[in-house]
Amino acid sequence: MRALLSQSINLYAASLLIVSFAMISQRRILSLVHLYTTQGATLVLATATVAYLTNQPHLFYSAAITLALKVVLIPILLHRVIDRLDVRWDVETLINIPTTMLIGIVLVVFAFNLALPISQLSSSIARSTLGIALACVLLSFMMMIVRSKAIPQVIGFLAMENGLFFAATSATNGMPMIVELGIALDVLVGALILGVFMFQIREQFDSLDISHLEKLREE
Amino acid sequence: MIHIDWILVLVGGWLALGIGALFTLHNTGFVARRLFPAGALIGLALAAVSLDAAFDTPEVAQLVIGLPGLPMHLRLDGLSAFFLVVIGAGAFGTSMFSAGYFRTGEGTPPGLMCLEYHVFLAAMAMVVLADDGYAFMVMWETMALSSFFLVTANHRVPAVRHAAYLYLLIAHIGAIALLLCFGVLQANTGDYTFANLRAQQLGPVWSSIAFGFAVVGFGAKAGLVPLHVWLPEAHPAAPSPVSALMSAVMLKTAIYGLLRISFDLLHGGLWWWGAVLLALGLASALLGVVFSTVQTEMKRLLAYSSIENIGLIVTGMGLALIFRSYTMTTLAALALTAALVHVLAHACFKSLLFLGTGAVLHATGERNLGKLGGLMRSMPWAAWLMFVGILGGSGLPPLAGFISEWLLLQSFLFTTALPNSFLNMLIPLVAAAIALVAALACFAMVKFFGVIFLGQPREEKLRKAHDATGFERLGLAWFAAGVVAMGLFPVPLIDLADRVTQILVGGGLAQTVHANGWFLLAPMGVERASYIPALFLAGVAAATLLGLLIARRLYRGTSRRAPAWACGYAGTNARMQDTAEGFGQPIRQIFEPFFRTTRHLPTPFDTRPYYRVLVEDRFWHGIYLPVARLVDSAARLVGRLQQGRISIYLLYSFVTLMFLLMLVRL
Amino acid sequence: MSVAGIVAQLLEIALALAAAPLLVGWVDQWRARLQNKSAPPLLQSYRVLRKLFHKESVVADSATMLFRIAPYVKFGCMTLICAIVPTLSTDLPLATAADAIALVGLLALARTFLALAAMDIGTAFGTMGARRDMLVGFLAEPALLMTLFSASLITRSTSLANMVESIAHRPFALEPSLAFAGIAFTMVSLAENARVPVDNPATHLELTMIHEALILEYSGRHLAMMEWAAALKLFAYSCIGLALFFPWGLAQSGTPLAMIIAMPVLIFKLAIGGVALALIETVSAKMRIFRVPEFLATAFLLAVIGLLVHQLLES
Repeated sequence: MRALLSQSINLYAASLLIVSFAMISQRRILSLVHLYTTQGATLVLATATVAYLTNQPHLFYSAAITLALKVVLIPILLHRVIDRLDVRWDVETLINIPTTMLIGIVLVVFAFNLALPISQLSSSIARSTLGIALACVLLSFMMMIVRSKAIPQVIGFLAMENGLFFAATSATNGMPMIVELGIALDVLVGALILGVFMFQIREQFDSLDISHLEKLREE
Repeated sequence: MIHIDWILVLVGGWLALGIGALFTLHNTGFVARRLFPAGALIGLALAAVSLDAAFDTPEVAQLVIGLPGLPMHLRLDGLSAFFLVVIGAGAFGTSMFSAGYFRTGEGTPPGLMCLEYHVFLAAMAMVVLADDGYAFMVMWETMALSSFFLVTANHRVPAVRHAAYLYLLIAHIGAIALLLCFGVLQANTGDYTFANLRAQQLGPVWSSIAFGFAVVGFGAKAGLVPLHVWLPEAHPAAPSPVSALMSAVMLKTAIYGLLRISFDLLHGGLWWWGAVLLALGLASALLGVVFSTVQTEMKRLLAYSSIENIGLIVTGMGLALIFRSYTMTTLAALALTAALVHVLAHACFKSLLFLGTGAVLHATGERNLGKLGGLMRSMPWAAWLMFVGILGGSGLPPLAGFISEWLLLQSFLFTTALPNSFLNMLIPLVAAAIALVAALACFAMVKFFGVIFLGQPREEKLRKAHDATGFERLGLAWFAAGVVAMGLFPVPLIDLADRVTQILVGGGLAQTVHANGWFLLAPMGVERASYIPALFLAGVAAATLLGLLIARRLYRGTSRRAPAWACGYAGTNARMQDTAEGFGQPIRQIFEPFFRTTRHLPTPFDTRPYYRVLVEDRFWHGIYLPVARLVDSAARLVGRLQQGRISIYLLYSFVTLMFLLMLVRL
Repeated sequence: MSVAGIVAQLLEIALALAAAPLLVGWVDQWRARLQNKSAPPLLQSYRVLRKLFHKESVVADSATMLFRIAPYVKFGCMTLICAIVPTLSTDLPLATAADAIALVGLLALARTFLALAAMDIGTAFGTMGARRDMLVGFLAEPALLMTLFSASLITRSTSLANMVESIAHRPFALEPSLAFAGIAFTMVSLAENARVPVDNPATHLELTMIHEALILEYSGRHLAMMEWAAALKLFAYSCIGLALFFPWGLAQSGTPLAMIIAMPVLIFKLAIGGVALALIETVSAKMRIFRVPEFLATAFLLAVIGLLVHQLLES
C-alpha cells in the first residue's frame, strides 16, 4: 500500500506537467480556469499523500488551505470576473501553438537537467519530482509571456505559484507554516489587485488586450 | 597484394575507355552500345574484387605519378573496400542505363561525355583508395572537375550553367577546408601520409579544429545544412545518369572522408563532436524531407530527398561517435552499421529513382510534375521498377530502406545508459525526429510516384510515351534487385559492415548476428529485438493469398469495367486531379516557418487568372545572398585600385619601390 | 517453436478473422444506443460482407493492377498484424519475424498501397482522400512509434511478445510514462481507424471524408475486402492497446491450457473497450480537417513527454 502511494506521487507530478502543457495549448479561457482547478486538486492530493507517508500533520493543514483557496475560492472569483468582463476566447497568441509546444519541450528538458543534481541533495520522499515542478514554473512563465489577453496572464501567474508550492513539497517536505500562510495571503491579495487592474483596463480601452497598454508609452 | 593491383588495372581500364572515346567523338551508337556496357562490366568486376578484398587483410601500393619524390600512396582496407563496392555496383547499373540513354542533341558530343564519365568514376575509386593527403586532394579535385563538366553537359541552357557554377563554388569552399584540415592533421611533421597522420597525438583543441574543418569540407560535398544549396540546383541540371551517380555515389565519398578522418585519423575523440554531427544530420534530414514534399519538379524532389538521407547517415555517425567517446563499443558498432547499411540502401534506391526519371524525361520531355500523370499504362516496366524504388525509399519492410531505419532506431533505444544526463534526455527527442522524418519521406515518395505514374495523364502527348529500352531496363532492374535482395538478406550486409566497424570502433555485430542464423536479424540478441525479412515477406504474401482464396470461395458475382464513379459527377477531366502543389499543401501549412513562400493569388478582375506559389529556401535568402552581396561590395572596393590611367600604375610601382628601399635601409 | 505455439498462432488468426466484424458491430450497436437511436443487429457487418461478396464488382476503365491488388495487400498486412500481436498467448512463432517497429512499418505499407490505389483512378476525390490519409498517417505513425518506444524503454525490448510478458510480470505499479503512452495511443488509434473526432465513418459528404474517400471507387468483392481489413485494423489496434496496457489474462509460453481462459478474458476486455470507444465517439464532435494535425501533434508530444518523464522518474 505504501509503495503504491509513493508511486502515486509520481503520477500526480506527471499530471501536473500535462496540465501545464494543456494550459499552453488551450484557446478557450473557461477551459483554462478548469485546468487551473484541476491543478489545484492534484496539488491537494499530492500534499496529502506526502503528509500521510511522512507523518507530518502540518502538511495536512497545508493541503486543507490549498483546497479552500485554489480549488474553491480562486476559481469562483475567476468565474465571476469572466462573467462580468464577458470574455470567451483568446485566439491571438504571439507565436502559434505548435511552436509554443516545441519551446515547451525544450524548457522541460532544460528543467529536468537542472533539477537532477539538486534533487540528489534532498531527503524528501518526492525528490525526483523537483524537475517536474521546475518545468511547471517555467511553462507557466512562458504562458504569461506569449498570451496577449490579461486573464490568461493572471492564470499563468497563479499556476507559477502552484509550481513553486509543489517544488517546496518535493524538495523539503513542505514549507514552514508561517511561510505557507504568508504566500497564500500574497496570492490572494495579488489576485484581488489583478482583478481590479483588469476592470480598469477594460474601462479605459474597452478591451482586455494588453497591447493597448503600449499606447501609454512616451512618444 | 593482388586485390589492389586488380583494382588499379580496372580503374586504368575505365581511363582507357574514356580516352578511346575521344577517337569516336560523335559516333553515338558506338559510344553508347559498346563503350558504356564495357564500362559497366568493369564496374561489376570492381565491386566483386572489392567484396573479396573486404574480408582480407589491408594492402598497400604506390603509384609513381605526379611530382618527383612525392608518389601517391594507396591503401585498400575494409573501409575503402566497402565504398568501392558501392562505387562498382552503382557504376554497373548506371552505365548499363546510360548505354540506352545517351542520344544526340545534348550540348556535349557523346565521346566527350564518355571521357568525363569514366574519369569521374576513376577519380571516385582513387579517392577511396588514397592513403596520403596529396593523392586524396588531387583525386578529390579531379572528381569535382569531372562532375562539373558532366553537369554542364547541356551547357546551352543558362540555368544549367548557373547551377554548375554554384556547384563548383561550394565544392571549392569545401576543398579549401579539407586542405586546412590536412594541414592541421600533419602537425608540422611535413609528412602527409595517413599512417603518419594516424600516429600524431594532437591535443583536444587542435583535433577539434581539424574535425571542424573536416565537417565543413566533407559537409559541403555531402550536402549537409547549411552547405546544401548546390544540391537541388545541380542534380536537376545534370543528365539523369549523372544525377544518379552524383546522388548515389559521389555524396558517399564525402561520407567516406568524414568516417576516415573522424574515426580513423582522429581516433574517435570527444563526445561533443558526435553531438555536432547529430545536430547537423538531424537538421539536414528535417529540412531535406520537408522541402522534398513541397516540390513540383521531379528531380528537385529527389535531390532534397538525397539531402534527407545523407542527414540520416550523418545522424547515425554522430551517434556512433558519442558511443565511441564513452567506449560503449557494441552500441557504437550498431549505430555505425545502421549508417553503413543506409549508404548501400540509398545508393540502390536513389539510383533507381533518378534513372527512372531519366526514362520519363526521355519519353515525355517533361520534368514538371504538373504536366505528368498516368504513365503507368504506357511505361509499365519503368513504373513497376520504380515502384520497388519508392517502397525502398519510404523505409517500408521488407525492403532495404527498412533495415537501416530499424537498426538506427534500435541504437536509440539502448542509449539510456549514457553517463551524460543531458544527452540521455535529448536522445528520445532525436528518435522522435527520426520517426517523423521517416514518415514524411513516405509522404514524399507517394506523392512522387502517384503524380507521375498514376491517375489520368495531364497532357495529351503522355498517352504516346514509350517505355524504357532494353539497356535502360537492365540498369533499373539491377538496382531494384539490389533493393529487394538487401532487404530480404540483411545478414551478409551486416558481415560486410562488420569489417568496417572493426576498423573504426573496434567492435562489430557479426558474431551476435551469426549466432542466430543467417536469415534472422537480431543484433542485440533475440529477446531484445529480432526481424526476419524473408518470413515477413512470406507472411504478407501468404496472408494476401489467403484473402484472395477467401474472396474466390465466397465470391458469387461478376466483374466488369466502366468509367470511374467519381461520386456521380459527370464531366470530370484530368485537370481536376490533385496537383503536386496540392498534395504538398498540408505540409506547407504545418511547417510554414521552414519556407519562404511567395504567392500570387488571382483577383476577380484578372482576365486570365492564375495561382502561383513559389517555395524557397530561407538559407539562400538569409545567408548566401547577403554574403554574395558583401563579397561583391568588397570586390568593388578593391576594384578601385584599377584606375585605368598609366600614370597611376607607374605611381604604384614607384611607391612600392620607395617603401622597399626604406625597409632595406632600416 | 512448440506445437502449442503453432496452435496459438493459428487460433489467433482465425479468431481475428472471425471476430473483427463482430467488434465493429458491437461498437456500432453501442454508439446507436448511446445516441438514443434504434441499434442495428450485432451480426450486421457479416450481412454487409455477404451482400458485397454477392454483388458485381465494377472497376474503372483507367484502373491498373495496383488498384485491384491493393485491397488484398491491405487485408494481408492487417492479418499479419493480428498474428504478431499477442491476443491469446505470448508464445507466438511469428513474433520473432516482426517486432514493434516492423509492426509500424506494416501499417505504413498498407497505408502506402491504399493511398496509391486511390490516386490510381485519378478523380478529384480519390486524390484528395489520398492526400488527407497520408497527412493523418505521417503524424500518427511517429506518435505510435513513440508510444511503443515508451513501453520498449521500460521492458528493454522491442519484441511485442517479450514486452507484453515483461509488463504482465511486473508488480502493479503506477507508471506515469505508461499512462501518457496510453492516452497518446488512444488518440492515435482514433485517428488511424477513422473514428470521431478525426473522421466520421458514417458520413456521406465527400468533402468531410478521409478514409472513406480512399475507397470510393471500390465495389463488390474489393469493397468487402476493404471493409474486412478496416475491421481487422480496429481489432488489431484494440488488441495492441489491451496487450500493452492491460496484459493480464494472457497465456504465457509453456502454459498452453491457459489459452482456454484467455479467450473469454479477451472477449470481455474487447467488449469493454468497444463500449469505451462508442462513448468517446458519442461525446466528441468531429473536428475540422486543419485541426487534425494539431490533434495528432498533441498525441506525438504526449508520447515524447512520456519518454522524458520515464528518463527522469524511473531510471
